Amino acid sequence: MSLGLYLHRDSPVHAVPAAAKMLGLLLMGTGLLLFPSLPVVSVALGATLGLYALARLRPREVAPVLRLSAFVLVPLFLVHGLLSGWVPALEVVLRLAVLLLLATLVSLSTRASDMLEALERALRPLARFGVRPARLGLLLSLTLRFIPLLATWLHEIQEAQRVRGLEREPLAVLVPLLVKTLRTADTLAEAIDARCFDSEEPS
Amino acid sequence: MKTRDLVHVALFAAILAVLGVMPPIALPFIPVPISVQTLGVMLAGSSLGARKAGLSMLLFHVLVAAGLPLLAGGRGGLAVYAGPTGGFFVGFLPGAFLVGWLTERAWTRLSVPLAFAINLLGGAFVLYALGIPWLAVAAKLPLAKAALGSLAFLPGDCVKAAIAASTAVTLKRAWPLIQAPRPAAPTSPPPSSTRAASPGPASPRQ
Repeated sequence: MSLGLYLHRDSPVHAVPAAAKMLGLLLMGTGLLLFPSLPVVSVALGATLGLYALARLRPREVAPVLRLSAFVLVPLFLVHGLLSGWVPALEVVLRLAVLLLLATLVSLSTRASDMLEALERALRPLARFGVRPARLGLLLSLTLRFIPLLATWLHEIQEAQRVRGLEREPLAVLVPLLVKTLRTADTLAEAIDARCFDSEEPS
Repeated sequence: MKTRDLVHVALFAAILAVLGVMPPIALPFIPVPISVQTLGVMLAGSSLGARKAGLSMLLFHVLVAAGLPLLAGGRGGLAVYAGPTGGFFVGFLPGAFLVGWLTERAWTRLSVPLAFAINLLGGAFVLYALGIPWLAVAAKLPLAKAALGSLAFLPGDCVKAAIAASTAVTLKRAWPLIQAPRPAAPTSPPPSSTRAASPGPASPRQ
């Protein structure tokens, strides 16, 4: 199971550190919120498409990722156009499109692991409040490891309940899934403790 | 925080992701899809309690922000926050926390109707409180229009709250994790608190 939207390229956009890209996105979002006029937004759209070209991402690869955004933007444009005129509608939709395109570009050009590392570094000041980086790492990897496993369990439980004619009964599926998950959590916690993970402090 | 609690936090973030695999239902008149995922928010709150549920949601946020497509319909990455639905997603955290907090308060007398009210309040109305203004700003819609459109979620959220409520009450009997906020109550996992001052009706694990 491969997670993440990353597409590898040898490009200047891919080479920019994850933290810088996320900061840039934040600044751009704020800027567009403060100055949402049509010329500004159009220039931003042009620049964003330029960045896509610079990142050597072909439209064919990007289209499936963006199709979901179109489901949001097209009805929004229609509703807005009918309610408040077509020029403001264009402004709003273009602004959202620029933000979605930029954010997608960051996701496409940055490995999830690099992004997690950047986030981990950004959260490091929280260590003062008792958040330990090693534990954060454990949490992230545990979650990622368990998503496919839980999906399998969900499927198994649904199969088992189908035999009993209960597959449409949400309780008959959810309660076993939760109990199985919680039971595994206990076993797993014992195993982690037995290996003395990050055990400077006994509890 | 004990290792067991950490594992709970991680596994409920994973449950939330798995619920996102179920396909979302798109609505024609508002750009926010109905998904089963908010059920996960309610379940986390009413199974784990405030602190762990909140952390679990925070963990999920970190994973989504890092670009993993874990939200309903395979959405992920920072684009989620830039989009009109960002507020509903941000609401996951305070929503789960509130469900957890209220469930802890109501633990000893938790019934399905009570749990239903708690889950609807935390798992739906907190999400609306953040999601509707966010939608209004991001999509430049009038607030009233955004609120009216979001009414479409109410029936689905009632169903989800009902499911979460019966699950929570069943789980309380099958595998209770939350203890009533009473300091003297004998807790089930570590029977260390020997202060047995008042033998309250705490529910030990069966």
